[in-house]
Amino acid sequence: MEKKSSSFDLTITIQELKKYLPTQGPLKDYIFLNTLASFQDLPFHEAMKRSSEIFGYKTYLDLNEYRDFYAKGQIRREVLEKVLIEQKGAENLNFWKQKLLEQDYQIRINSRVGKLREAWKKFLKIDVDNYVHLNLFRIVGAYLDQGISIWNFPANKKGLRNSLIELEKNSFSSFFRTNRAKKLLANKSIGIKDLLNILVGKEALYFQYIFDQQFEHQGWSGMVAYLEKNPNVLLDKRSIDLEDFIFLELLLEIDTLDDRYAGKWTALGFLAKNGGKDIFAPTRNVEIAEVLKLWQEAYEWSYYDDVLFYLAKQEAEPIQENVSFQALFCIDDRECSFRTYVEKCDPQAETYGTAGFFNIEFYYKPDGGKYLTKLCPAPLTPKHLILEKANKYKHKKEVGFSSKSHGLIVGWLLTQTMGYWAAFKLLKYIFKPSYGNTTVSSFQHMHPTSSLIFENTGENHKEHELTVGFTTSEMADRIEGLLRSIGLIENFAALIYVIGHGSTSANNAYYSTMDCGACSCKPGSVNARLAALMGNHLEVRKQLAERGIHIPEETQFIGGLHDTAQDLMVYYDIVQLSEPNQQQHLKNQAVFHRALALNAKERSRRFISIDTTKSLKEIHKAVQTRSFSLFEPRPELDHATNSLCVVGGRWITKNIFLDRRAFLNSYNYKQDPSGTFLSTILNAVTPVCGGINLAYYFAKVDDQKFGSGSKLPHNIVGLFGVTNGIEGDIRPGLPKQMVEVHDPIRLMCIVEHYPEIVLEVLAKAPNTFEWYQNDWIKLVVIHPETKELFLFKKDQFSCYTPQHAVLKTSNDLERLVESSHTNISVHQLIKV
Amino acid sequence: MEYLLHYFLVIPLLGYLISLLIPSRNEFAISRLAFITLSIQLAFAICFAIAWLKSGHRDINLAEFSLYKTKGYDFLIDLYFDRVSALFLLMGAFLTFLITYYSRFYLHREQGFKRFFNTILLFYLGYNIIILSGNFETLFIGWEFLGISSFLLIAFYRDRYLPVKNALKIFSLYRIGDIGLILAMWLSHHLFHENVTFGKMHNAELVSHLLQKHSWEGFFISFMILVAALVKSAQLPFSSWLPRAMEGPTPSSAIFYGSLSVHIGAFLLLRTHPFWEHQTVIRVIIGFLGVLTCFVASMMARVQTSVKSQIAYSSIAQIGLIFLEIVAGFDNLALFHICGNALLRTYQLLISPSIASYKIKEQLYAYEAREKTIEDSFPKRIEYSFYILSLKEWNLETIIYQLFISPLKKTAQRFRFFRLKLGLIFFIAIYITGVVLLFMKSTIPLFLENYLPGFFAFIGLLMVIKAFTERRNVQLSWFMVMMNHFWIALAISINSEIHFSTIAMYLSGVIVSGAVGFTAIRILIKKEKRITLARFQGHAFEYPTIAFVFLMACLGLAGFPITPTMIGEDLVFSSIREDQYFLALFLAISLIVDGLALVRIYARLFLGPHVKTYHSIAHKSS
Repeated sequence: MEKKSSSFDLTITIQELKKYLPTQGPLKDYIFLNTLASFQDLPFHEAMKRSSEIFGYKTYLDLNEYRDFYAKGQIRREVLEKVLIEQKGAENLNFWKQKLLEQDYQIRINSRVGKLREAWKKFLKIDVDNYVHLNLFRIVGAYLDQGISIWNFPANKKGLRNSLIELEKNSFSSFFRTNRAKKLLANKSIGIKDLLNILVGKEALYFQYIFDQQFEHQGWSGMVAYLEKNPNVLLDKRSIDLEDFIFLELLLEIDTLDDRYAGKWTALGFLAKNGGKDIFAPTRNVEIAEVLKLWQEAYEWSYYDDVLFYLAKQEAEPIQENVSFQALFCIDDRECSFRTYVEKCDPQAETYGTAGFFNIEFYYKPDGGKYLTKLCPAPLTPKHLILEKANKYKHKKEVGFSSKSHGLIVGWLLTQTMGYWAAFKLLKYIFKPSYGNTTVSSFQHMHPTSSLIFENTGENHKEHELTVGFTTSEMADRIEGLLRSIGLIENFAALIYVIGHGSTSANNAYYSTMDCGACSCKPGSVNARLAALMGNHLEVRKQLAERGIHIPEETQFIGGLHDTAQDLMVYYDIVQLSEPNQQQHLKNQAVFHRALALNAKERSRRFISIDTTKSLKEIHKAVQTRSFSLFEPRPELDHATNSLCVVGGRWITKNIFLDRRAFLNSYNYKQDPSGTFLSTILNAVTPVCGGINLAYYFAKVDDQKFGSGSKLPHNIVGLFGVTNGIEGDIRPGLPKQMVEVHDPIRLMCIVEHYPEIVLEVLAKAPNTFEWYQNDWIKLVVIHPETKELFLFKKDQFSCYTPQHAVLKTSNDLERLVESSHTNISVHQLIKV
Repeated sequence: MEYLLHYFLVIPLLGYLISLLIPSRNEFAISRLAFITLSIQLAFAICFAIAWLKSGHRDINLAEFSLYKTKGYDFLIDLYFDRVSALFLLMGAFLTFLITYYSRFYLHREQGFKRFFNTILLFYLGYNIIILSGNFETLFIGWEFLGISSFLLIAFYRDRYLPVKNALKIFSLYRIGDIGLILAMWLSHHLFHENVTFGKMHNAELVSHLLQKHSWEGFFISFMILVAALVKSAQLPFSSWLPRAMEGPTPSSAIFYGSLSVHIGAFLLLRTHPFWEHQTVIRVIIGFLGVLTCFVASMMARVQTSVKSQIAYSSIAQIGLIFLEIVAGFDNLALFHICGNALLRTYQLLISPSIASYKIKEQLYAYEAREKTIEDSFPKRIEYSFYILSLKEWNLETIIYQLFISPLKKTAQRFRFFRLKLGLIFFIAIYITGVVLLFMKSTIPLFLENYLPGFFAFIGLLMVIKAFTERRNVQLSWFMVMMNHFWIALAISINSEIHFSTIAMYLSGVIVSGAVGFTAIRILIKKEKRITLARFQGHAFEYPTIAFVFLMACLGLAGFPITPTMIGEDLVFSSIREDQYFLALFLAISLIVDGLALVRIYARLFLGPHVKTYHSIAHKSS
């Protein structure tokens, strides 16, 4: 982002542009990312200030919100003072405290981007965007459409511009009003630079003009840039690039101006006096940015300090004999509470957390499926393919979505027949919600009775240029990695559950955000089932034994899926269990069922429509109904309130109530003295949990620019994006309904190991390290022996002593969750 | 039994009034009230309809009461009930009932929860007034309720640019329909020599007798009714507003624009059917526009890439067919079709967010790249041309703009020299002359007396056009709108023997709401220093109360139903003689622009993205 010289380089401009545009793909492939990843090379607060000044983002909560938190005690006085003293010195404490608490600030968030193009309105009295956007969006929307339009974009040559030329050449009508634009389109020797010359005139301003223009609709620009980079995500293939898109927009602008002023108008460069300032010039220091930064720190530390106070009090438990069963879950924060209840319902059970793809990366093709689904973290590129056979899933037709209802004659018949039928359906959907065609359920991902082809039968066993299945040694690699990383290599119980997760919702365009982040936002059922199948494979067992992991013969793995919205679980391949294990499984099933109901109860306290004091059964039912109710914009609260990530033994968090705010990754430092597995874990957990946390952070602090606003008026365009109304920009980011209860607190990652080992591990992975070095995630290490806490700060660890003094305890979890609709602070759980 | 009819208005009215009183924090009470209101209404409607069917389903005409009465003038609230009303009543109650229940959960925690239910109830009240109205005056009251509640619901997300822009655009189009209705009202008053009831219109003998003598008037009235119907039902050339109305929360789009609101045009045609069915020209026009709409709207529906606009255009195409059915005399088929279309589109809109998951799931198992469509069999050049035209919505937006908005702006530009002080002195001088002339009316030469009202009405029109296009001075704009009414009063006083008390009542409405609005503007200026009309400023964010009061003042000044201004306006119209087409046109246009100017001031000051950027503000394009 160095200052450009006055000459204009299109390639560099487009590169820079792509760096800052939103990187969210189509709806079906939602991926949680740090929304401001483009600023991640800067320290967090510096990035907040800079992105705000350049792009006009709001990067913190409102000043008054912090002050409210302080008044309510949610930001603690002693923490605030500590932050101020640390950052500003004890002598300036009162000076800054007065500023934080009382000073009046005239806050104006203005952006540098967008200033230059204001000249159109100012000097030519025309709002160019009003004319251009609608046409631009509908042309590109029609070109990219994936299945909403019935009559498709008829010309599909390679690229947007070529297709448009083809269309215009063979038509009596035109998208353009004036001749110049038509000629410029057809003349292939004309490029963006030539159009800029007409529109802007001064080369020094081109760079800024393009930024101004594209950030007027960053949603569409971001989508085009994403599709240029990942053309394979579209089923109905389209080739498009940002350059063509910008070209079209410039052309439409010329057309609009030519039409309005009969070809006589002055280029923008000669109108605007104040253009040409480098938008990426260093940012100013303003006091309000400092004030907000201090508040944010105090806000976060009021929470962190509380958590650390409890963590410091925990003690490692002795190794348990007679384990009734072991269960592996995803690290997902939604499993945090569920695991507590499983352990509560069966104190002899052991639970583990690991990334929900269970160390098996592959593409999946359901029986009869037309395309492949990636089931592993988004950055990985699998080489294996898993096939499903004997799927009994039937797709039911929904007349409401039938394209025939939009035709004239058939529509005439349908309105008078299906129209009345629709009235009954509506009545039923509204007064007696049930599964229907509007429901997306994780259980549909894989049919429970279908079989999976996962064994490779030889080198030529390939499909779609991918190896079908895994060889036994590849399976053993994956199972070994899975078990070692969570420290489960001895003391195996007779039953080991591997439970993926997914979600259910109705009428929800954001359905894919709710599934497993480690499976590219798809349900984790196939992964869980595969892990169990591989773990039960005799040859794999043999190889594992050779590698030092002796799994007793009677031990069996069971794959399953936890639906986090309905709080229901299914188990796969139960018939393969041995007789005693079948018996045991029946008992365990009852344990899980009760744990699910309790978990539903804990979740229900945030839902105003459910009375948390009702019986478990009623609550469980209500939670389920809610997940497929047409009118329910919050089927579940997803990752809202996430704030912690714990990598270590279960003892760290087992006996404290964390209000399901933590990602939990099991890890045993003893089996990994050099930190090999820690490195793998951190490299996976950091971007995934950090991405989730920051996507929530930003959508919460600026729900309009980072988030997508309220989802109630959303309209779906082309099956790939949501917009407001019919002429709005695509809105990437999370809707208000998903983030409203979230507390924008950066993730604190807590690792159990020796500080020097953690440093060593991180130093070897600079991409991961950057998150911590630049403070986008906080890092605390628990010393395995002394249990002392070390905080990572300015590239080193220093000892941290929590300030908190009063210990809150609870011996009745059910009463505790009934006590409040909002956040409940950390509690020590006492067994009675 | 007849006398039960007015309870269909009383129930929603009560619901609406009580809903205003509930504090906005109390989501439960608000939604419960709306739900109970609609439950009662629905149950009552079903019972009433059954009883009515059993008792021989004769048309009911109920002269309810006089809202205002002077010598030779009676503003009568009149109700009418027949099978058309019965169907619309049941359909409206059923769908609104569903939506209130649905929205209670859907809108939970949404800012403006109360505003939403208030507006839905106001809309529903307006809808019922229309479908049960027994004469044009009553219908017009409901019509206006519908217009303003539409505006408020489209601009429900008032802190974003596009909803506000589109709400204004659609409100302007609705006003064109209003002109049609006002003029139809005016001339039918003269044609029938009274505020004709729809019951009387069904008297075939009387109608044909009148039309034989007054065929031109008959055509004019029918044509104006048709314009109003075309606008409300989004038929050509007014189609492009409907997809743009999809800016509010999905359930409100579903009942307003998917079902109830768009079929009101068809209702109007059915209601006035006996009046125009023997006029061949009108029937040809309706038939022609219906066919055209069918084809053009279907083509537009087929190229839409967003789910809501697709539903909007296919609904429009079906309504085109409904118009054809009405014109062909298949009334029962039309009614059946209306109801089916309304139910289906409501359903489709409500489940529209699911289309992504549904279609993607479907494609997983049944994906086929690009099915052949009928258009592929056209010659390439034809196919491409129609495709481009359809994607561009056949330039309907531009056409409407150039036909209606552009002339206003151009006229106003001619009067740019006009400044507050200079103008005031000049116009006060003329006005005083006018008042003096009024008192010496007997001495005015006859030819002058014929032209003066038109002249004064024209000055009033200029004032209000100026107000509509003013970009800087808010107070000037507001003042101009007020002045317009004074010019109209003057014109009308000279034009006919109108009683002073009538004028006084008319102007008292103007003065009171004018003063309230003026005070609101002064307070806002005091707080914010600089306010302008050049762009949206979103001050409702900080001053919701001022915004509300100002909106009320705007409604008062715009002659919103049951304000004194409205009755005054109606009186004014009834005093225009049947041969004074120009005067009627001037007055109609100036009343329409009056409303536009006021809503524009309201929107510019209080709606749109907030000028103070200390909180989260959406991009202009989103």
